[in-house]
Amino acid sequence: MTSHRLTMPVLRNMPAILFLLAFALFSLLDPRFATFANFSNIASSSAFVGLVAVGMTIVLLTGGIDLSVGATMYITGAVIGMLLQQDVPMLAAIAVGVLVGTLWGCVNAFLIAWVGLVPFVATLVTLTMGRGIGLLLTESRQFILPQEMAYAASSYLGIPLPVIVFAIVVVAAVVFLRWTAMGRQIYAMGNNVEAARKAGLNTRRLTASVYVISGFCAALAGVILVSQQGSISAGLGQGVEFDAIAAAVLGGTSLFGGVGSVFPGTVIGVLLVQMISTGMVYLQIDLYLQDMVAAIVIFFAVLIDALRMRILTRLERRNIRVEKGSTEVQTAPSSP
Amino acid sequence: MSDTILRFEGVNKAFFGVSVLEDVTLDVERGSIVGLVGENGAGKSTLMNILGGVVLMDGGQMLLAGEAYAPRDPRDADRAGIAFIHQELNLFTNLTIAENLFISEFPHCGPTPLLDRGRLRKRAREALALVDLAVSPDVRVERLSPGERQLVEVAKALAMDARIIIFDEPTTSLTTRETERLFGIIDRLHQAGKTIIYISHILRDVMRIADAVAVLRDGQLVASGPVSDFSIHSMIAAMVGREIEQLYPDRTSQPGPEISLELRQLSKAGISHRIDLVLHKGEVLGVFGLMGSGRSELARIIFGLDDFDEGEVLIDGKPVKRLSPTRNIRNGMAFVTENRREDGLMMEATVADNLSLAALPAYRTRLVNTVRSSAVASAVKDRVDALSIKVHDAFRSEVKGLSGGNQQKVVLGKWLMTKPSILIIDEPTRGVDVGAKFEIYETIDRIAAAGTAVLFISSELEELLGMCDRILVMGQGEVLGSFDRAQFHEEAILRTAFREHVA
Repeated sequence: MTSHRLTMPVLRNMPAILFLLAFALFSLLDPRFATFANFSNIASSSAFVGLVAVGMTIVLLTGGIDLSVGATMYITGAVIGMLLQQDVPMLAAIAVGVLVGTLWGCVNAFLIAWVGLVPFVATLVTLTMGRGIGLLLTESRQFILPQEMAYAASSYLGIPLPVIVFAIVVVAAVVFLRWTAMGRQIYAMGNNVEAARKAGLNTRRLTASVYVISGFCAALAGVILVSQQGSISAGLGQGVEFDAIAAAVLGGTSLFGGVGSVFPGTVIGVLLVQMISTGMVYLQIDLYLQDMVAAIVIFFAVLIDALRMRILTRLERRNIRVEKGSTEVQTAPSSP
Repeated sequence: MSDTILRFEGVNKAFFGVSVLEDVTLDVERGSIVGLVGENGAGKSTLMNILGGVVLMDGGQMLLAGEAYAPRDPRDADRAGIAFIHQELNLFTNLTIAENLFISEFPHCGPTPLLDRGRLRKRAREALALVDLAVSPDVRVERLSPGERQLVEVAKALAMDARIIIFDEPTTSLTTRETERLFGIIDRLHQAGKTIIYISHILRDVMRIADAVAVLRDGQLVASGPVSDFSIHSMIAAMVGREIEQLYPDRTSQPGPEISLELRQLSKAGISHRIDLVLHKGEVLGVFGLMGSGRSELARIIFGLDDFDEGEVLIDGKPVKRLSPTRNIRNGMAFVTENRREDGLMMEATVADNLSLAALPAYRTRLVNTVRSSAVASAVKDRVDALSIKVHDAFRSEVKGLSGGNQQKVVLGKWLMTKPSILIIDEPTRGVDVGAKFEIYETIDRIAAAGTAVLFISSELEELLGMCDRILVMGQGEVLGSFDRAQFHEEAILRTAFREHVA
């Protein structure tokens, strides 16, 4: 398959190629872009979306979706803020916050795996309700966090703490998905639920666990974000589900389940999204235009992804005949 | 009877108050191959699902090697050494062969939750060797052919060291050669002392490989015994509860002179090569070929689902530049696809909704585009009666509750409601029981007599010999030969189809 030898790898690695293209473009347009400080900044500010996107990827692998992540972040932040105001030690407050956020993920797990609600509806319910609970807890006041909560600005060996947390979670997720039975079973279930059930897999438990994992990731993201912002406001984590889903899909994760990876896939997706928005700041693009540009980029990336899938399936279709004159099966679509 | 490995004793099962199995008592001898036959809906699958732990029984008991056995889920069956190779394969195409083999019990690195990929690969290689599949265990299943996938399923059963292996219609998607290979492996398993339960509609295969036969009809065991007590004829008689004199109805009409569909030198790179085809009004033209011969692909091109590179298509003598399903349907073409579950039916919708779907435009009111529901309803009723679709209430019952044969009649009926002038049918009797087959054949004859041109694609040569006016033989995307009814000769046609392989 002479021509496939080139097209296939290109199509398969589209996310990485897009990433490099965007990087080259911004570097050319602004020399300040390709600096370590800027990268550190991009990585640091993408950490919280990245954490959410890792959890989201695992959910998407089962063919589900988690819209409630923003609310989980908000609840986590609200709990931490309240505890700090009661002079609870910081680490204890963070631990309780993450626990409560993870419990919110358990609510999703219960609604989806046991009550049997469709993930879209169940997590839409917990998104709205979670925001309500957050508002109730904070009485919709804004909390200013004490200086000690600004640990996210610290760094070790020159690597910002949020990046370290993100990296640890990515490694854990990769090991989980690739090297544990449960990880492989999640892929299996995303490919064919019925077959998974017949193979004796506990699909209910698998389904439940991905929402708990997603809740935990979102809670961690909430901790990172409040630390970076230094305050907790009612808008905390709003719209993060869109960024997380976009990053996962940009990275090649399918919304239909069974296809995708945390690394390199989602990690590249997250960095790509963040790089584009940072790049636009550098290029001093009108603030009002930036959201639109970001949306358009994501739209095109997803469009390319859809086309890529279509072309891949076409290329991988078996041919029946070996055409005369060549040992290769059908070459590229012959243009008239 | 000390050698009985498995005994069903008065097994009962009902779904929603409808009895599916009634008091089934059956002994399976250790190391035997039992052919389990019966029409669709006779209860074969339910009985095996009970054995495999997929379905719980309502009453009765099972004895496995003399001990009570009551699986609550498929894993219990696994542990008891019972492997179930389902008709629709249970493989995960996004995972590797090795991962598929051990998905429910991955080998771990000691006490850690981490997979031992080395051991996984090694055990997978051993299992693959048992089925003669020379493919790396790291290959993803999506890259395998249907036959290879079937062998992976068998390897899975062997990997878990099953004592009893259930095959449910294993050959439906296999080529002749792959089927032979599977039989070779079944034979080897037999010699290794495994007990095999083999479900199939292909009675010739059952006669060939089974030691014993059990026949189910309407949930009851109506006959069982060593295979020497049976003939294909007596199996069919037991299955349907009456003697079937003929497998095929007499053809009642002759093709007309007018040409409904003509292909001239139709080519598509990698798929079809210079195909000439003439289909007359009222003709039943068979298209025979081995798996991968390009039969179904040709049908897809004709119906406009795939495009073509070169050649001409004439419908009713008029050249057609571009084919599209919408335009084809408007021109009176209909296509009953090979895969009724995925392509042909809305499983969750009612029989009536499925039947009327394609014909709805014909029942529009003139001014506003609403559907005249009373007219549709009476047309649906007519169709259900004409095809004798066995359904409790066509307007309430969902299609997924019907047996395979009745589902197929619904697909056929859906297209017949559009009163097509050209009907393409691809494997219309696959997985359909004897009784329903005969009714489908009768329908084909009836519509041909009414002037519809029928393109009948099948991998079962016998039914083409029984039903067609002419048979085209395809291989590697080419037409290899054409036989008129007068010259039908099974061996000659098979030889033509195998041309490439024999040489």
